[in-house]
Parts: sequence; structure tokens; C-alpha cells
Amino acid sequence: MTYFPEEVVEHIFSFLPSHSDRNTVSLVCKVWYEVERLSRRAVFVGNCYAVRPERVVLRFPNVKALTVKGKPHFADFNLVPPDWGGYAGPWIEAAARSCVGLEELRMKRMVVSDENLELLARSFPRFKVLVLISCEGFSTDGLAAIASHCKLLRELDLQENDVEDRGPRWLSFFPDSCTSLVSLNFACIKGEVNSGALERLVARSPNLRSLRLNRSVSVDTLSKILVRTPNLEDLGTGNLTDEFQAESYARLTSALEKCKMLRSLSGFWDASPICVPYIYPLCHQLTGLNLSYTPTLDYSDLTKMVSRCVKLQRLWVLDCISDKGLQVVASSCKDLQELRVFPSDFYVAGASAVTEEGLVAISSGCPKLSSLLYFCHQMTNEALITVAKNCPNFIRFRLCILEPKKPDAMTGQPLDEGFGAIVRECKGLRRLSMSGLLTDKVFMYIGKYAKYLEMLSIAFAGDSDKGMMDVMNGCKNLRKLEIRDSPFGDVALLGNVAKYETMRSLWMSSCNVTLKGCQVLASKMPMLNVEIMNELDGSSEMEENHADLSKVDKLYVSEMEENHTDLSKVDKLYVYRTTAGARDDAPNFVKIL
Amino acid sequence: MEIDADNLSATELRLGLPGTSSSDDWQKKPSPSVGAKRALDDTRSEASGTSPATAGDLDHDTAAPPKAQVVGWPPVRAYRKNTFQAAAAAKKAEQQGGLYVKVSMDGAPYLRKVDLRMYKGYRELSDALDALFTKSISAAAAAAEGGEHQHAIAYEDKDGDLMLVGDVPWDMFISSCKKLRIMKGSEAR
Repeated sequence: MTYFPEEVVEHIFSFLPSHSDRNTVSLVCKVWYEVERLSRRAVFVGNCYAVRPERVVLRFPNVKALTVKGKPHFADFNLVPPDWGGYAGPWIEAAARSCVGLEELRMKRMVVSDENLELLARSFPRFKVLVLISCEGFSTDGLAAIASHCKLLRELDLQENDVEDRGPRWLSFFPDSCTSLVSLNFACIKGEVNSGALERLVARSPNLRSLRLNRSVSVDTLSKILVRTPNLEDLGTGNLTDEFQAESYARLTSALEKCKMLRSLSGFWDASPICVPYIYPLCHQLTGLNLSYTPTLDYSDLTKMVSRCVKLQRLWVLDCISDKGLQVVASSCKDLQELRVFPSDFYVAGASAVTEEGLVAISSGCPKLSSLLYFCHQMTNEALITVAKNCPNFIRFRLCILEPKKPDAMTGQPLDEGFGAIVRECKGLRRLSMSGLLTDKVFMYIGKYAKYLEMLSIAFAGDSDKGMMDVMNGCKNLRKLEIRDSPFGDVALLGNVAKYETMRSLWMSSCNVTLKGCQVLASKMPMLNVEIMNELDGSSEMEENHADLSKVDKLYVSEMEENHTDLSKVDKLYVYRTTAGARDDAPNFVKIL
Repeated sequence: MEIDADNLSATELRLGLPGTSSSDDWQKKPSPSVGAKRALDDTRSEASGTSPATAGDLDHDTAAPPKAQVVGWPPVRAYRKNTFQAAAAAKKAEQQGGLYVKVSMDGAPYLRKVDLRMYKGYRELSDALDALFTKSISAAAAAAEGGEHQHAIAYEDKDGDLMLVGDVPWDMFISSCKKLRIMKGSEAR
């Protein structure tokens, strides 16, 4: 194949859809490496600290779509201290210097400033798509910059970001000449938007297919907008709690009925039960429904809606739906592929109307179920075994029993057998999160059966180092391992050090690893960054003893080390492979060994 | 033979003065699971910056197991938690806060303010307004030479329209009323 002209090779490569395939072909020979890198259009960086931004943009100068992820997953649950890192700046600056043809940027769990957004808006004349998920550090001023300078903007998708609100004017910055919008999602913006500006923007966006509003948008504004968007496929409603005006809601229903292409509905912030029947005419055509921000709807409101959604594939709902409600889902939504049941009470051992019964009902009624996130009050091995038999197609299985270490509700036993059945039956399982009382046995099962598992989340589980080692040794495709409050220590940490180079990252917090163990790991594996974070009291002590070590990323520690503080437990450990060396933007509570 | 623990307490040897009971000191520890306890300690030490307090501190307030907070558990995104808490806080503020609106009366030299939440219905509001503007009302009555001194109460709603008070249910009224205006009988026609 090396005798083909490069254009032909490039054309052949264009049929390779996945990043890993393209990565593989680039390793074959120098010619292929060059052809591949110059023709690469999409680059995915799973850990922003695994590689230097400059290196990425120099290797792929013609990249059109860049995706970068920052903080570790447990940052979602406040386990990563603020100011840890994950800054978007270096990436945007590097791209601004070396690939001005950039059209799409997607970032998750990163810190993005208004200055970054301003630079982004001014640097890429063909910029089309901005997706920010769970990011922070910017305000509506940054959005104004994007709106005013990105003349070809197609997608502005803000999902669950923490955005400082500096007023409604940002939306008015879209110039009259901007008519290219396909997707606009500002549901996470806390403040008001100018409804006139919004209506005018929608009126001049004939290609709009996805629109997600925030809470401030009234029913009347929504009705006016929907009249302009008969081709809308995805809608996030605004405020449905307005004082109940039958006229307004009647207008809304008639506008909704014209949206024959509408397949996905979300929003419903604190929706009043009275408004729910006005949505009924849409239900039969919906494939996606997100009611998980609506604690005001109870089981009967929810079931009346869901029972009409016979084509539903994706349902996100609160546990107010209760087991009975899930039975209704099971009998009505035969095409269901993804279910997420969120808690409405955020306390440990909080009340929940959802138990193992709901899950069993869903599994027997919805055999296509492949993705599950389920917060519940209790679980049993019997239920999990039944679920595993009914739904062998699980790709993602995340179960959270609200009370840590809760045993089987019927037998009082650990839930090892139940989760063991899941990993044994669901041969394609890629992601697993577990909870409840679990011993080393469940990890033995996981290591033995979960051959395709890529991501595993463990909390309050296991008895000894053997548990973690079974996973490390058995799960050949493991990429991300995150563990909290489990009794795994240095022996497990150091049991298979070569494994970490095949993984994206390891997170361990409130476990039994010691500073010494981490130092040994750092010294044996120079291709890893070993970051430790200790609570307030610990770190200052460490500063005194290891002041000279803070700048050194390679550390050789003798096994006969006398310093007994090395046996102090490490609060939080984050290990990841990297070609970039120790990062220089770490705050002082992070020690890189 | 059953040992009656309650009765035995009477025979318990203690160093306190007669009349003092030990029940206040008795630390009734709830039985949270071990893992949760460790996490609880972490939470409290993180929150207060001091070494973990004894389990007894939590117990004094409640007989039932306290609603514990473990950092990062349940694993729900901060965005979701904040959204719910913001909504709950807003609701609370709405329920507890006063709802003061300006009241103007044609011909009166200055405006007044009333807290709509103080009244349970239109009757009470009407009486209160009468009381507030009693001087102006009687002055207008005198000036009107025995003609109409009935007044109509109107309000300005969210959309800025002038509406007659009394058409909609009270709760709906107070959620949409921005301003009150007492109009002379002759204008109200």
C-alpha cells in the first residue's frame, strides 16, 4: 500500500471512523504517520494533562474538531478540591497559534475563562461548534463574545456548567446576519434572557433543530418560538410554573402539535402538574424524555405522561416515580434503551420510593435496556441475578444504593453474587459502578468475567488488597479506575505497575495507600504523573519534610527510608499516564511525585 | 430471669449528687455502618477544621438517626444538587418573605406600601386600604358634595395592564400584583 499515491492512502484512511483505528495506522510506517497526521480532522484528548497542547496542534495542524477532557470524574461529586487544574487556556492558545482552521471545540470538566472564550471567538474564522459540559470559570460575557464574533456558529451547547450571570444582554449579541444556528442550549444559564431577542434569533434560524431554554423563559415566549420552529427535534422547555392561564397553555399545545419532528423533551423545571396534560399530544412521538429536574410531579402525574410514550428509548426521571411507576414504564415503553432514576433526597440513607422491584420490572419489560443509572433505597442479589438474565445487553450499569455498605435487603448478605451475575451475563459491559455491601469476592468475579470493562467505580467496598489486584490483573480493557473509601493499600497499588501505562487514570481517595507507596510508584514508572492531595493538616507537614522534592517528578526512594511520615496515608491519589511530564499549573495542595 | 435494666439504674453507684441523673451523659450511639462513620468523621473534620468530634454531638439533637452528609455521597453532580437547592431556597424565600407593593390613591399626596402576604383575602385588603387612606377618603367624600365617594381598587399586573381587583382567586392575585391603585368612583366607570 505504500506504493499508492498519498491521496489514495488518505482517502482510505477517511473510512476509519474511530480515533483508535487512526492511531493504529499511524504507527505502521513514517509515510502513513505523515499522511494520517495531516489528514486528521478530529482529535480526542481524554486527559488534558496526558499530552502538551503544543504537541497536539503541531502533529495535527489541520484538525477541525478538538475534544478535551479535564478533571477526573469524581470532581463531579466535589471530591476534587477547587483550583486543582484543567485549564482550557493552554489548549485554546495553542490552537490559536497553529490551527486556525479549527471549527469545533468540545470540553468537559475544564476551567474556561471569559478571556479564553474571547480568544476562541476571535481566532478561528470558521468556528462552528462549541460544546461545554460541566465546565466553570466563565460568565455570560464570554458567551457574548462567542455570539458576536463567530459568524458561522452552528452549535452553542452548554450542559450543566457553572456560569456566572452578568445579565441578559449576551443573547442580543448574535448579529442579525447570524442565521446558521442548528443547536442552542442555554438551560444552565441562571438569569433572565431577553425574550424579544430570543424570539428574533429563533425567527432567523431556519435550521434550528435543537433548542434548550432556561427557567426564565415563559410559556408565552415558548409558544411564540415554537410557531417558528416546526422542524424542531429536541426541546428543553422553559418555565412551566407560570400562574396557570388556560389560554397560554392552549396556545402552547397547538404550537407543540405542529412540531411533528419533535422527538426529545427536557426542562420541565418545577413544572406544575396542571401543565402536564398539555404535553400529552406529543408523547406518542417522543424517543427521549428528561423529567429529572421536576420534583413537583408525583408518581401519578409521571405515569400518566410516560404511559403515553410508547416509542420512548431514553428516560431520565426522579425516584418520585416509585416502583409502581417503573412498572408502568416497563409495560408501556418496550423500546427503552437507557434509564436513569435520580434521587430527590440527597442525604445518605435518604428516603427513596424506588427499590429492587422497580428494576426487576423494567428488566423484564424492556429487554433492549443497555444503559442504566439507578439510585435506590435497597437491592437484593436475587433481583440483580434476574436483571442480568433479562437484560444481557448492558453496556453501562451504574447502581447506587443510597446508604453505603447496605447488604442484600432480604438475606443480609453482601451483594457479590448479584453484581457477579451482571458481569458474567453482560458480556459487552463497558462501564460499571457498584454500591452496597461488597467483599473481595465481587472483584474476583469482575476480574474473571468483565473482559470488556473500561471504567469501574468503587465506593465503600472490598476487604483487602486482593480485591483491587484481581481487577487490575483481570480486566484487560480497563481504562479508568476510580475508588473511594475502600481498604486498598500499597500492595494493591504496586501489584501491577505496568498496567497503569495501559490505562488513562487511577483515582483513589480515603483508601489505605501511603506516601511511601506513592513514591515507589513514581520512581518505578516515570511515564506516570503521581499526584497526591492531602487535607489541610497533612500537606503543611509534608511541605516541611519534602520541600526540596516538590519540583522533582522523578524520585528514587530507598526501601530503607527512615522517615516515618512516609507511612502517613494519602488522602487523594490521582495517577495518569502522560508524555507531558509533571504539570506546571498544579496548586500547592497537589504534590506531584 | 430477665434483667430489668431500667430498675437497675436505681441501684447504680454513681458519684453525682442525689437527684442528678446520668441520662444526659449517656451517649446513645446510633449504629451507622463502619464505612459511613469514617466518612462522617472526615466530613466533620473538613467542615470544622478540628479533629473529629465524638459521635455523641450528632445525637443530642435528634432521637432518630441524623440525616448524615458524607462528602460526595450520594454521587450526584454538584450542578443537580445546586439546582434543587436553589429552587427550594427560592420557594422558601417566596413563602416567608413579605410581598410589599406600592399603593397610590388619586389625589393623595404620597403613596403607601402594603405587604400583601399579611392579608388572607380581598376583604381584609380592602379594610386595610380603607384604614390607610382614611383621611384622603373622607376628604374626597367631602369634596364630592354628597356625590359618589366609592372607590375602585385596581392593580397593575406583571404585563403592566391595569386590572380590577377581585376577579381572580386571591393566591393568583398576589402572585401577579405589582402595584395597587385606588381610583375615584367617577374614573372607575
